Amino acid sequence: MPSLKDLRNRIASVKATQKITKAMQMVAAAKLRRAQSAAEAARPYAERMAVVLGNIASGVTVGPETPRLLAGTGSDQVHLLIVCTAERGLCGAFNSSIARLARDHANRLMAEGKTVKIICVGKKGYDILRRQFAQQIIELIDLRSVRQLGFEQGDMIAQKVLALFEAGEFDVATLFYSRFRSVIAQIPTAQQIVPAQIESGAVAADAVYDYEPDEGEILTTLLPRNLTVQIFRALLENAASEQGARMSAMDNATRNAGEMIKKQTMTYNRSRQAMITKELIEIISGAEAL
Amino acid sequence: MATFTFELVSPERTLYSGAVDAVILPATEGDMTVLAGHAPTMTTLKIGFLVVTNTPGNGRRILVRGGFADISPNGLTVLAERALPEEELTQEILDHEILQAEMHYDATTDVTIKHAAEATVAQLREAKAALNF
Repeated sequence: MPSLKDLRNRIASVKATQKITKAMQMVAAAKLRRAQSAAEAARPYAERMAVVLGNIASGVTVGPETPRLLAGTGSDQVHLLIVCTAERGLCGAFNSSIARLARDHANRLMAEGKTVKIICVGKKGYDILRRQFAQQIIELIDLRSVRQLGFEQGDMIAQKVLALFEAGEFDVATLFYSRFRSVIAQIPTAQQIVPAQIESGAVAADAVYDYEPDEGEILTTLLPRNLTVQIFRALLENAASEQGARMSAMDNATRNAGEMIKKQTMTYNRSRQAMITKELIEIISGAEAL
Repeated sequence: MATFTFELVSPERTLYSGAVDAVILPATEGDMTVLAGHAPTMTTLKIGFLVVTNTPGNGRRILVRGGFADISPNGLTVLAERALPEEELTQEILDHEILQAEMHYDATTDVTIKHAAEATVAQLREAKAALNF
């Protein structure tokens, strides 16, 4: 049985923790709003890009001159996994669910005898993955110093990926991130970005396009840019998801702390009352004995 | 005058969306004016001013850096890698970009990259001259 003083201390410490989690929840809520509007503002560009790319790509027959970013290298031996996670923890299962998806993917590929290379964007994913894939991780991209995610960050990562592709370092690239559905639902997603996946269906087949300069040249500039856009979008979605996950995790933590405080206060009051009763009985029985 | 839908989007935000009379595009193969009913065309853009006219005799200039214009029967969509309206543009921004392009030029030995950087500097200078800085 803990003493009254112990109980008092414990209640005080839980209360302090609750204050912290409450504050973190409110900070996450404010950041979420910003991240969410950034993700929404970026959506038209990415959607338009997909339509434009679909328009051109549907008119191109895959041949030896087709850019390799679209047609692939003709092999799928070496896979590059780009795993985007957060830089900070305390956001529920956010980081671990992305890492788990990437890990399962990597294990499956390795079981098939393929070579796997991993680029980690964000420290937390690196921390989780390096235990098992220390040899496979080729780079850690740290975005901790970045306050506001911009197109430059997406571009920076895309340039690295492109340089690796040009050097023939991989055949297929897959991007792992968390898609933002709502504050309580973030969906870990794997998206293949090299060779580019074209959404068909949005194509206006009857429109005959003039191309200026020619089709092939537009495609060669469009494809790398598409890569940048996809990565940029993933980063933004991830940022919004992270804040959403942190918000609900901290909300849970605050609620748990509240419950704990209630339970401990109850125990504290009970044992205090028990002590008073005991003292009274002692006094009364002492008086009766006289 | 007949109007058509025009959308200008950069990766970070949508800058313009609405019906316009005419848009002048800085296409890589020369400036072109898009009016309603233009033939479907896809073109790449260089650095330069895009001029939006929504009422006759009244234009709005927006500096775009690289991107695509997609002229379809439904209207014109410009995907600019970077876009800055004239109001937000200052001499410092332009000077800074020129400096960066020049540094880029000096830093490489690759002829094609040197060529591209040279073109960037020239186009930025042109933009600067157009603004009378």
